[in-house]
Amino acid sequence: MNRYPVWKYVVIGLALAVGLLYAVPNLFPEVPAVQVSSSKSGIKVDSALLATVEEALKGAGIAYRGDALDPTGVKVRFADPDTQLKAKDVLQQKLGDNYIVALNLLSSSPQWLASLGALPMYLGLDLRGGVYFMLQVDMKGALDKAADRYTTDIRSLMREKKVQYGGVSREQSNVVLRFSSGEERNKARIEIEKAFPDLQVREQDGTGGELRLVAGLKPEAQKRIQDGAVQQNITILRNRVNELGVAEPIIQQQGADRVVVQLPGVQDTARAKDILGRTATLEIRMVNDDPGAIDAARGGNVPLGSDLFQDRNGEPIVVRRQVVLTGDRINDAQSGFDSRTNEPAVHVNLDGTGARIFKEITRENVGKRMAIVLVEKGKAEVITAPVIREEIGGGRVQISGRMSTREANDISLLMRAGALAAPMEIVEERTVGPSLGKENIQKGFDSVMYGFCALAVFICVYYLLMGVISTIALCVNLLLLVAILSMLQATLTLPGMAAIALTLGMAIDANVLINERIREELRWGATPHAAIQAGYERAWGTILDSNVTTLIAGIALLAFGTGPVRGFAVVHCLGILTSMFSAVFVSRGIVALIYGGRKKLDRISIGQVWRPAGTATAPAAASASPGKPVKT
Amino acid sequence: MEFFRFRRDIPFMRHALVFNVVSLITFLAAVLFLATRGLNLGVDFRGGTVIEVTYAHAVDFGRVRAAIDKLSLGEYSAQSFGASDTALIRLPLKEGLSTAQLSDRVMNALKADDPSATQKRVEFVGPQVGKELYENGALALLLVSLGIVAYLALRFEWRFAIAAIVANLHDVVIILGFFAFFQWEFSLPVLAAVLAVLGYSVNESVVIADRIRENFRKMRKATVMHVIDNAITSTMSRTIITHGCTLLMVLSIFFFGGETLHHFALALAIGICFGIYSSALVMAALVMWLGVSREDLVKPDRRKTGPEGEKILP
Repeated sequence: MNRYPVWKYVVIGLALAVGLLYAVPNLFPEVPAVQVSSSKSGIKVDSALLATVEEALKGAGIAYRGDALDPTGVKVRFADPDTQLKAKDVLQQKLGDNYIVALNLLSSSPQWLASLGALPMYLGLDLRGGVYFMLQVDMKGALDKAADRYTTDIRSLMREKKVQYGGVSREQSNVVLRFSSGEERNKARIEIEKAFPDLQVREQDGTGGELRLVAGLKPEAQKRIQDGAVQQNITILRNRVNELGVAEPIIQQQGADRVVVQLPGVQDTARAKDILGRTATLEIRMVNDDPGAIDAARGGNVPLGSDLFQDRNGEPIVVRRQVVLTGDRINDAQSGFDSRTNEPAVHVNLDGTGARIFKEITRENVGKRMAIVLVEKGKAEVITAPVIREEIGGGRVQISGRMSTREANDISLLMRAGALAAPMEIVEERTVGPSLGKENIQKGFDSVMYGFCALAVFICVYYLLMGVISTIALCVNLLLLVAILSMLQATLTLPGMAAIALTLGMAIDANVLINERIREELRWGATPHAAIQAGYERAWGTILDSNVTTLIAGIALLAFGTGPVRGFAVVHCLGILTSMFSAVFVSRGIVALIYGGRKKLDRISIGQVWRPAGTATAPAAASASPGKPVKT
Repeated sequence: MEFFRFRRDIPFMRHALVFNVVSLITFLAAVLFLATRGLNLGVDFRGGTVIEVTYAHAVDFGRVRAAIDKLSLGEYSAQSFGASDTALIRLPLKEGLSTAQLSDRVMNALKADDPSATQKRVEFVGPQVGKELYENGALALLLVSLGIVAYLALRFEWRFAIAAIVANLHDVVIILGFFAFFQWEFSLPVLAAVLAVLGYSVNESVVIADRIRENFRKMRKATVMHVIDNAITSTMSRTIITHGCTLLMVLSIFFFGGETLHHFALALAIGICFGIYSSALVMAALVMWLGVSREDLVKPDRRKTGPEGEKILP
């Protein structure tokens, strides 16, 4: 009667096996590790690097507990945090700036589990410590900057085309021109529309009959500039995060104008904030190539009016203090190829004023070197110092010679970083210290464990064997939930751990419903087998309905929640799904296993079933109980 | 063991009016507190900075305040958080002050005063983000309500849907009333708890509604009032045991989950307690007032359950 088809047991068995496999990695403790990855796109992480790392560690006499190479980098495990720190310093020194050497915690679960994709749950920042920033890109700033560039460009254009105008100025993100005659205005309009297809020009007369022309960016151009600004900022942030040495940073765009940065495990949050929040400026200065200048500067005697900087390879270079051009004169910098020699090159596009100054400077300094300096937080670095070959007019500059494609890429990126980025502002910050993360894990774990124990004791006492079965089903629920969370690598947060506890508390509802139904059936005289059958069948509809409504709430939370709340919602939703499976499917399977085989079943161990003395007094009984198809 | 031994159906519905009046009074009281005291919105919604600092010893708040006062940041609050060695410092949003640096400045001042000060946590939410989180929360509440109404209307009948959502929003308002009255901090996790409670209490209403529907099929001769009384009485045992179990878990979160989850657990606990009451008594009474009848529920299912229904007839 209550037998369960074999295929259902197979499904349960499979679910349990897969669940166990994926839940198991969570049992292994995390060990300190160092992760080495490449900081530049051109540098590959390969077995040669692995060998270098091993050699460096052996050379320094540092014992390690195993290393591995995977797509994200080389990972080396250590016995304790002290060795880990020591190893980090050794590797940092050995490998230099081309690699990011970061501290990390890695699961000590065996390799074969990891190769199956069975990883421990992904802990959120509130559990592992770290920094979460949300930065907002100042879109108005980006547009204003663009308008500034157009203002100068339009001024040069007017001069070039010999249009008589009364003045050009920027008003918010529009460029406004004044004229004394309508004829000139028409001419200007035609010229501007021809030269700058991104601008929308309209005639708008000011108060007092002033003839004006207002040029604004077209919506699609605005969008392009704003998207560009966000992308640009993401690139800059990525570069800066690399400098911080974080094992698994997350940098992503959120919405139209925001960037989220998550740095798990960062200890020095003040420094992280500092590095992320810094503003970079770009300066073009002349190199001081006077004979002896370098040697004097090296000796601590920097020539008057000059600075001693380092270039990207760490070589010293003496640069004159006078700034020829600043980054805001640069419209764009792109890597590409020299059209004649086909060598990698950087193409720089200057605005009108920039072009004029550049023309002058290059005319006077042919054969000398000019330095492009990136100043970040008072720290200056010479990106590149090309030799001026000839006078350059028209604002189109090409830097080429002796560089690889990757270098060209890096240089153009750094130039844009210094010149183009729209200002960013931190609009949300959540920093969790590593000790608090550990405390939170402990607290979350305690809540689940004590709650679960109390629940299990109560249910077992109240429903006896059926209670034990319910508890087993609840264990299965917990196992599957942990397994699915590990499988999906969903972020587990402290509210997420609370959601595990809460979900278990709610999941018992299904079993209580079933058990109470069985008791009720028994009360009205159903045979044990029929009671089990009816209990499960009738409770199912109710369980489904009630879980769907809970799921609706969970999904809404998932859609609108951010950060920790999202973590709560993910666990909540998954928990509802696993609880339906375990409470109904699994518990029924166990019941069938225990009771199903017996032909004659006298009683079910479900605790005392109280029967009212005179059954007739209960009105429901009279109509409800005899109707049941009672057969064993 | 069996806790609940009802010899006969408890005549809940005879006292429906009393329950509804009680509900109305609690509801109005909650609304009153919300209106007069308002919610003590946390940094998530209001914006501002929160810094959690631990010391090697019990916090000397006099010194902490003195150190922060030196920075002349204007209004702020410093209080103990969870343990005696932990202080929570709240700084409201301030125009023209870069908040990213604000927490660093405070930490530096505290460290200069006492080197054992360690920053455990910093939360900063800008004004725009706070407003968005607030709006998203309200939107989530609205969507959950609509979703539930739609589902219940589809699965049961519109009267059940309306009654269930009114009963459960009444729970939500009462939870908020508690938070307003005690001026507990209303944060994002609390909002999550409120929404979870909404889903969970509806759960309860569904169980009773299910039973009412079933009773309408089985108890052909009974009055509507009787049907509802029987439904509540026969689900009472499971209601209390289920909620008791969930409450056990929530209490475990309350006691072991730490300060961060304190108010979260509190909101859940209040919600669960009121959920029992409102689902059984408010929802059922509303369904009755709305004039539910046997025909409303039994008709659509007749074809499916017909044969069984015949058998049930005594």
